[in-house]
Amino acid sequence: MPVLKVNGRTHDVQAAEDTPLLYVLRNDLAVNSPKYGCGLAQCGACTVLVDGQPVRSCVTAASAVAGRDITTLEGLSAGGKPSKLQQAFIDEQAMQCGYCVSGIIMRAQALLDQNPKPTDREVRLALDGNLCRCGAQNRMVRAVLRAAQEG
Amino acid sequence: MTIETTRRSLLAGSGALALGFSITGGSQAQQPAAPALPGDLKQHPKVSSWLRIEGDGRVRLLIGKVELGQGILTAVAQLCADELDIDIKRLDITSGDTQLVPDEGVTAGSFSMPNCGSAVRQVSAEARQILVSLAAAKLGADAASLTVADGTVKAPNGASVTYWALVAGRELEVESTGKAPIRPREARRYAGKHVPRLDIPAKVMGDQIFIQDLRPQGMVHGRVLRPPAYGAKLVKLEAAEVEKMPGVVKIVRNGDFVGVIAEQEVQALNAHARLQSIAQWDVPKTGETQDTVYDWMLKQPEKLIVIKDQPNKTVPADAQTIEAAYKRPYHMHASIGPSTAIGLLDAQGVTHVDTHSQSVFETGQAIAEMLGVDKAKVHCRHVQGSGCYGHNGADDVAADAALLAQAVPGKPVRIQWSRNDEHKWEPYGSAMLIKTKARVDAKGDILDWTLDLWSTSHGTRPGGKAGNLLAARMLEKPFALPTPINGGPPNYAADRNAIALYEFPGQTVSTHFLTNFAARASSTRGLGAYANVFSIESFMDELAARAKADPVEYRLRYLKDERARAVLQKTADMLGWAKYEKAPGRGRGIGFARYKGLATYCAVAIEVEVNRASGVVRVLRAVSAADAGEVVAPDGVKNQIEGGIVQSLSWTLKEAVRFDASGVKSSDWVSYPILTFSEVPPITVELIDKPGLPFLGAGEASQGPTGAALANAIADAVGARLRDVPFTPVRVKAALA
Ligand code: FES
Ligand code: FES
Repeated sequence: MPVLKVNGRTHDVQAAEDTPLLYVLRNDLAVNSPKYGCGLAQCGACTVLVDGQPVRSCVTAASAVAGRDITTLEGLSAGGKPSKLQQAFIDEQAMQCGYCVSGIIMRAQALLDQNPKPTDREVRLALDGNLCRCGAQNRMVRAVLRAAQEG
Repeated sequence: MTIETTRRSLLAGSGALALGFSITGGSQAQQPAAPALPGDLKQHPKVSSWLRIEGDGRVRLLIGKVELGQGILTAVAQLCADELDIDIKRLDITSGDTQLVPDEGVTAGSFSMPNCGSAVRQVSAEARQILVSLAAAKLGADAASLTVADGTVKAPNGASVTYWALVAGRELEVESTGKAPIRPREARRYAGKHVPRLDIPAKVMGDQIFIQDLRPQGMVHGRVLRPPAYGAKLVKLEAAEVEKMPGVVKIVRNGDFVGVIAEQEVQALNAHARLQSIAQWDVPKTGETQDTVYDWMLKQPEKLIVIKDQPNKTVPADAQTIEAAYKRPYHMHASIGPSTAIGLLDAQGVTHVDTHSQSVFETGQAIAEMLGVDKAKVHCRHVQGSGCYGHNGADDVAADAALLAQAVPGKPVRIQWSRNDEHKWEPYGSAMLIKTKARVDAKGDILDWTLDLWSTSHGTRPGGKAGNLLAARMLEKPFALPTPINGGPPNYAADRNAIALYEFPGQTVSTHFLTNFAARASSTRGLGAYANVFSIESFMDELAARAKADPVEYRLRYLKDERARAVLQKTADMLGWAKYEKAPGRGRGIGFARYKGLATYCAVAIEVEVNRASGVVRVLRAVSAADAGEVVAPDGVKNQIEGGIVQSLSWTLKEAVRFDASGVKSSDWVSYPILTFSEVPPITVELIDKPGLPFLGAGEASQGPTGAALANAIADAVGARLRDVPFTPVRVKAALA
């Protein structure tokens, strides 16, 4: 019965030890942003940050991250105000359907935390494991670079 | 003309408001014949079908088309707010709810702007005219003297009244006349300008906007067992042990359809995995593969449809004949978010289905047939899902959820397909074989052009028929898959864009339509247009090369439509076509089409670099010009063209569904890879705006031109002509050898 720290708040979770973090976040804690895409660590739709590192929550047991700092898309904004990176996605209209976007923003956030002024190429390589079927990749790269610029 | 309250009025106790008034002075009988109503307003002429002026300063727009990530909600909001003259923030939009909105059919085929956008623009103009007339009566002023700003109507003497005070929640039970004038361009605040998409903030903030995020009270989780292969029959399943697994509420079995319902999602997944491992299936021993399907096509009974029959009878007998054959494999929609639905059977016997289907009305009807109930007993409500690009698993999972919901009345049953389900069971874009033939003169000019195409169906959407739903075909009393038909002119289906826009001295086009299936297939972005345009535009380059002509100049010899010429020329200029200097291993290519022969004009030019040793093709850049008629949401159109280019590059470079008798082998992103961030080239899109001309749908315009531009660029780079999609390194190396 792990204690999870999500976006700064602590939760006692009733899920079985081996339950993937994705299902605990979405179902037990009603967090919308991490998405089920493949359950196979292949698409990145479920990406969240654990102690600042991008993690695929579909293949990460909730018990394995007990007590660590888990950040989801919801944790980036403050008081209903989008973060710089989120705002850049709005400004660049960086999506079509947006299903992939949560995982992509989280992966990009991890990149910016570690490399605040990445090049176009560095952004693409960081996001290479995150799939977008709508073909909005260039817009997303622009959004990340814009956030870095303004950061 | 009256305005009345109806069942939908929110004003409790308000009596019917019946205001007789005349808009133009004369009675209807004395007027000239009313102009035809635009788009879907023809089928739904009542203003109240589309618009409600609420009492609280808000306006509700009701539309049958749905948001798929293409930005349609924002585009129609722009049109509505302009014509009504209200701030766009006052609008609430209800879309795709079968109990509330006008039935606008399927959201597909790039019809949303032509059919829904044009209807919304006109009906909003109608509403404004009615409201201004009401205000004139109220204010005792001449309608022509009134001005409107954000829903407040002002008389010259300063007196004013708001829309909401005039109507206050009552219905505008008025038929559209088609005569209400559309506001002049200068008066518009939104249409044609950049308006931020309405749905994006919620998606960036993690709000509850996707169907996958709905959690209705009392929700339980369902999963459905899918067979290992097409046509497999369930021979043995002893489910008793699974019934005892933690959280399992029920195992539902009806013929070969098996589903499990559990309290929690993880419990449903565990029970499903167990069922999957103990179920025994009888799998048919024979079947085609991705490689044998083209020969299979040539041997099938076919329906031959000659869609263009203008041979040039004067071609000399000694004219040179050039032939080629092109292949397109099965392609997936491959949505990132597997299909999801929530079904609920209520106490009145109505099944409510939350779905991201593109065809809520027809899917609801098909589900009703499957359940054996009246269609009024199935209520579908569209909720946004992952981008679908056509008929993916959305409708099938809706049927799954509706079926499981019958077993637990009063409980919402949520089902999300697995990645494996989505990859293996969605209906693919059909494989196609296209043969082209041209007879040319000594200079290489085309005297006569012939195209033959072979394809299975591109249209097995639910269409109100249970047999089109996967689950319904598995039941104890199974529904049969209806014999597919090929959609005819003017939009066509397998043969969409098979008639070249070029004016050749002779052109013959024949569709060999197959009603059998080698793999499950249905509508996928552009239907046959991708393969047909890929073939036509590849062949044009092959002919231009023989004629030693520049590919752009060669096309312009036959392209008479001025808008087409402009798009082609602009795209070439964007690439720097005329001054292009070829570096070793690099080349550039172009492709053009007017989607469906009647929608958006689009050309794409691409520069590639081909590694001869590895066979790897790197796309260096892509440019595109498009003419989509009057542009309402410029960035929305660009996003569609750009997204289409990326998806088409992915199809053309990487994608082919692999399958054999034992089942589909492309079951995840490793076995069916798609283009990734580092492979997406820089893309520039420019629009040629045509204010005042009809909206031309743009969502599928760039797929075909992109595929051809890529093939042509590779040929330009290394002299290898690739005619079989996808252009994998193995195929590129084989073509170079
Ligand atoms: S859902 Fe976790 S990587 Fe795809
Ligand atoms: S925006 Fe639709 S999958 Fe990325």
